[in-house]
Amino acid sequence: MDSPTLFVSSHAPYWHNGSSLSVKNYHIMIAALPAVIMGIYQYGAPALGVAALSVSAAMIWELLMNFVMKRPVSIGDGSAALTGLLFAMLLPATAPWWIVVLGAFLAIVVGKQIYGGIGCNPLNPALVAIAILFLSWKGLLDFDEALVDYDLGFYMVYPLAALKHFGTSAVSDFSVAGLLMGQCSGAIGATFGLGLVGGGIYLILRGMIRWEISVSFLAGVFVTALLFNLSDSEKYAGPLFHLLTGYTLIGAFFLATEDSSSPVNFVPMLIFGACAGFLTVLIRNIGAFVDGTVFAILMMNVANPLIDKIRPKALGRGMSHA
Amino acid sequence: MKKPFFSLTKPKLSYSGIDDTGHDIQEIPPSDRLFLSLKCKKQDMQDLAVSTGNEVRTGQRLRPFSGMEAYLTSPATGVITDVSFVTGYFDQSFVSFSVQAGQRDNWDAEFEQTGMKPDSENVLSFFSGLPWISDLTPLIRKENPLNTILVSGLDQDLLVATNQLSLKNGAEHLAEGIDCLQKITGVNKVIVAVPPSLRSEGEKGGVEVKVIEPVYPYAIPRLLIKQILGITAPASRRLEDLGVGVVSAEAVIALGQAFSVGKPPIAKVLTVINKENRPIGVRARIGTPVRHILESLHITVTEGDRMVFGGPMSGSGIYSAEMPIGPDTDAILVQDKAQVIPASSDPCINCGECVRACPARLPVNMLIRLLENGLYEEAAQQYDLLSCIECGLCSYVCIMRIPIFHYIMLGKHELALTGYLEESNG
Repeated sequence: MDSPTLFVSSHAPYWHNGSSLSVKNYHIMIAALPAVIMGIYQYGAPALGVAALSVSAAMIWELLMNFVMKRPVSIGDGSAALTGLLFAMLLPATAPWWIVVLGAFLAIVVGKQIYGGIGCNPLNPALVAIAILFLSWKGLLDFDEALVDYDLGFYMVYPLAALKHFGTSAVSDFSVAGLLMGQCSGAIGATFGLGLVGGGIYLILRGMIRWEISVSFLAGVFVTALLFNLSDSEKYAGPLFHLLTGYTLIGAFFLATEDSSSPVNFVPMLIFGACAGFLTVLIRNIGAFVDGTVFAILMMNVANPLIDKIRPKALGRGMSHA
Repeated sequence: MKKPFFSLTKPKLSYSGIDDTGHDIQEIPPSDRLFLSLKCKKQDMQDLAVSTGNEVRTGQRLRPFSGMEAYLTSPATGVITDVSFVTGYFDQSFVSFSVQAGQRDNWDAEFEQTGMKPDSENVLSFFSGLPWISDLTPLIRKENPLNTILVSGLDQDLLVATNQLSLKNGAEHLAEGIDCLQKITGVNKVIVAVPPSLRSEGEKGGVEVKVIEPVYPYAIPRLLIKQILGITAPASRRLEDLGVGVVSAEAVIALGQAFSVGKPPIAKVLTVINKENRPIGVRARIGTPVRHILESLHITVTEGDRMVFGGPMSGSGIYSAEMPIGPDTDAILVQDKAQVIPASSDPCINCGECVRACPARLPVNMLIRLLENGLYEEAAQQYDLLSCIECGLCSYVCIMRIPIFHYIMLGKHELALTGYLEESNG
């Protein structure tokens, strides 16, 4: 049965739905763009500089690690660029260049590559970077201090810091509509609520992120904040305030949903999101930090392998003697 | 078959009905060269009893090795010109005879003279296999006989319409086929499963009819019996051990026809899926080389294309256009090289698409990590490797294009070699 014509042979299936990692990552970046553009519009060239530097630094670190670890070059898949963009979105516009480059190093190398690259990171790389920087340089994420030279024509304080230090009376000037339109000081890509929600809904509809995690995260924040608010409305702000300030929205749609560090089964996704939301408000209201999103999600990342063991019984499992 | 723009839910792939194929079955003119192959164990391949130059008659039984019970039924009258040994998927070995077919069929009369009574002995000694079923012995059991048989009028894979076409065109033989089947197996309870478009044809069988929604992979036997009988088969046991047999409508109709005309089945209906993904129903003699069928349909294949026995989700690739169609070849899929999407060696990113797509609820994301590292027993114990029903949806949706289905089949194969399956069965 010799044949002069060579055919391609492989194992089934012979069809594929056409999805690919680069398409997914570029779509997540596109979905994040409205929030980034709003940040650039508000804070001008410095914000653009931070975002551009962060994306390029992340890609360069990834490339260097590819060479060092003798792995195929993987910057084309967009995951390093996405990590860089998300990291930049968490920074104030005035972040110095060395913080951005160092943060990109922490995200790509410490957060991802030392575990073996994409798919092997137990924690969200962008959050690893921001957490290390935050714990090492205390003033870095003090947005009131960082953005002191800006006057954008609205109440220029970081809402969560004001709440922490002065109680709900200090944040009564923030309206829901204003917060949705990004009218408060904060990180480059985390204040434009409407843009983040729009981007998140787009990603959910396209099947790029898992809605279960986003929705349960927001529900966790809402319910916990509501309970605190009911117990003492002088001290604890209402649920809508918590939903629209700090890193809540970017956390719900872009950070908690990172593939490698979050569960894939239905019930675990709900537990993961709800607990992250609960911890976020817990840290904000009674913890030491102004915002709790970063540590809440990181803590749930650690718990993820355990939570994801809750899964449905496979077909015909455990009935060998039936 | 791309991912839809909005994909909030898991993929829903519908089986194509015969409306896409047309209801006709195109006859392929006989080829002057046929290949007959029989799967054998390597150790049984001793004392070849058939040699080149032997003459065969249509319908004649050929026992290739004197020490082995298994036999072939010659689909043509002619002379054996070559004997070869072929290795197939997962180290299966075959003996293959090349037959130079003559102009006219000279039928062997043995079956008509001695085997016309439909009972288990005659079926086993005259039918080496029926369409779709290469081995009849699990259906005809002395110990623990079956209590239910499902006759499936559905096709297991996408774009394949073989079974549906057979039922559409041969519905008048369904009742006699079921009657033979009951006599042969001693089973009273026979249920016919059909897609909605073939309900009236299914009812001609005179037994209970169930309509199955044509969504992939509902026609896979384990899911079929779950829907119809409500039985969840244990992963490590065969369906026949539960007393349930699944046979195709095509096989039942062929059985009925064989006993009414006195000739064992030598032809096979199959669906040829051309490069434009259009299914064409054809009938060809078993043993016809793929090249002959494609030439008759004016389908050209060139270097770098892909040819598959079976459908796009679960078929098995072939490497030569000289490969013959067998009794269990339901379809030939031809793909242009532009349609071939290569698998990758990238790692899993844990996106969970496979977990949501899996009809058997396997933790595919964990399974693949173990299989990639060769931990097959752990994969079976902790992550339900054996529950896989082999539909291929995990690889179909995998964003990293990991050959998950291939890894799963490799894992099952390796476990079978180590004897793990027998242990877990006992």
